[in-house]
Amino acid sequence: MSEIEIESRNLDLWYGSAQALKAITMAMPEKKVTAIIGPSGCGKSTFIRCINRMNDLVKDCRITGELLFEGTNIYGNSVDAVELRKKIGMVFQKPNPFPMSIYDNVAYGPRVHGLRNREELDRIVEESLKASALWNEVGDILDRSAIDLSGGQQQRLCIARTLAVKPKVILFDEPCSALDPISTAKIEDLINTLKHDYTIVIVTHNMQQAARVSDHTAFFLLGELVEFGKTKQIFELPEKKSTEDYTTGRFG
Amino acid sequence: MTPLISPSTSNRAAKVMLWVSASISILTLLFILGYIVVQGLSVLTLSFLLESPRLSGAEGGILPAIVGTFCLMLVTLLSAVPIGIGAAIYLAEYAHEGAVTRIISFGVECLAGIPSIVIGLFGYAFLAIYLGFGFSILSGGLALMFMILPWIVRVSEESLKAVPGGLREASFALGATKWQTVSRVVLPTAIPGITTGVILGIGKAIGETAVIMFTAGSSLLMPTSLFDPVRALPYHLYILASEGISDKMAYGSSVVLLVMVLVINLAAVAIQRHYGRHHVRN
Ligand SMILES: Nc1ncnc2c1ncn2[C@@H]1O[C@H](COP(=O)(O)OP(=O)(O)O)[C@@H](O)[C@H]1O
Ligand SMILES: [Mg+2]
Repeated sequence: MSEIEIESRNLDLWYGSAQALKAITMAMPEKKVTAIIGPSGCGKSTFIRCINRMNDLVKDCRITGELLFEGTNIYGNSVDAVELRKKIGMVFQKPNPFPMSIYDNVAYGPRVHGLRNREELDRIVEESLKASALWNEVGDILDRSAIDLSGGQQQRLCIARTLAVKPKVILFDEPCSALDPISTAKIEDLINTLKHDYTIVIVTHNMQQAARVSDHTAFFLLGELVEFGKTKQIFELPEKKSTEDYTTGRFG
Repeated sequence: MTPLISPSTSNRAAKVMLWVSASISILTLLFILGYIVVQGLSVLTLSFLLESPRLSGAEGGILPAIVGTFCLMLVTLLSAVPIGIGAAIYLAEYAHEGAVTRIISFGVECLAGIPSIVIGLFGYAFLAIYLGFGFSILSGGLALMFMILPWIVRVSEESLKAVPGGLREASFALGATKWQTVSRVVLPTAIPGITTGVILGIGKAIGETAVIMFTAGSSLLMPTSLFDPVRALPYHLYILASEGISDKMAYGSSVVLLVMVLVINLAAVAIQRHYGRHHVRN
């Protein structure tokens, strides 16, 4: 058994007076892929955005309960959200490269954290692009605008940009929902490789994708965690009726 | 029952009427430009641009007025751009939507609505007399700054708000602070829009005679410092025409002023084109 890296305990979240998460308790193991599935609006994005405290940016968002990262409650007083996000990276639904060169995109994080040494930056950029399986395609056009890349390339660039900060955890929020099947397959392969070095949490509305890439799966419904377990078990022997209805497409 | 006018007839009539409206607009513009250029052409020589005026401007050139105009624009730019962009960043990125932002935005709207003659009068009382800047480039430039500040705040705010939220999120998710996000991602992304707005604002300011005549003075001598008075081009042509000094020279000055405004507007268009791809260098 691997160690628990992230653990949510009785996590409640409100947007204003609307409760979006209800008493979420689950533990995500280190260097494994945890998938979060569920119908849209059930709180998947909301939950994953709690893990790197992105919801801090949302006005009127209130959180109670605990979210432990490496044993520390990240909603405790002593935790700095900016520091936390260096360790917990995030890749979004819509590829969002900065309107800069490919190089500057990948170097953004290290530069923001104070790295100025050009050789060191070069090395990180190359490493990150190789790790995100993009180096072969963009290695000799690093000065080109990231905006000129295809959607799938842009998403892999966003992954490279995240890797460059050397996080321990990577959160993916439906990273393939804007991509074609071939680009999707490349990202899935990538996730399968990355899990050797990173703890991964991925939100997906694509059941096959959850089945293909994840070790554990959590099924959310209306802000509640219905069921959490080994992916194989969630898909083949779910305990709850609603889980089975959802994974077999008989939902609603 | 068939309608009085068939759809195809009304369709054709509408087309003709719209075409006529468009033509009138274009022709008016061409007529004004043509008239001024034709009237002013006879005095337009290199010496007109490069010499000082003689006999109150009835003879000679307009060099001091051109230089004065540029000096005013420079002071206006250097003061309005940092203040305007700073205010816009505060409004767009830092202030929470609420009473404070509404009051500031309302204030900016009000400032935009003040007639230029009133700004001129205020500039005279406050800058020239109270602060003791006298009739000078400094007074004139700062008064013009009051004039275009609301515009610069508004276009900058809009450009900043047009930056996709996903870019801010991406930056935060990489562990950047608010200021790093604003200064390294949001502002550079918005700069083409802001620059275009600033240039157009300067183009507007250049013609604000009412502000300039109360604050910058009417000296025809070459300025040597910020505290020297200057006579800006629009004011020069106003004096030439209204005091019956020389209509020809007034039209000549108009042509120069028009060309300056045209160049400024073309620069704005060029910048917009150039940054059409929204590519920022770090
Ligand atoms: N910033 C927000 N402010 C208010 N309500 C929100 C916000 N973001 C999401 N919600 C609401 O919270 C619920 C869960 O949304 P979300 O986490 O985005 O669902 P999912 O990712 O599973 O589709 C939805 O009802 C949504 O309308
Ligand atoms: Mg979502």
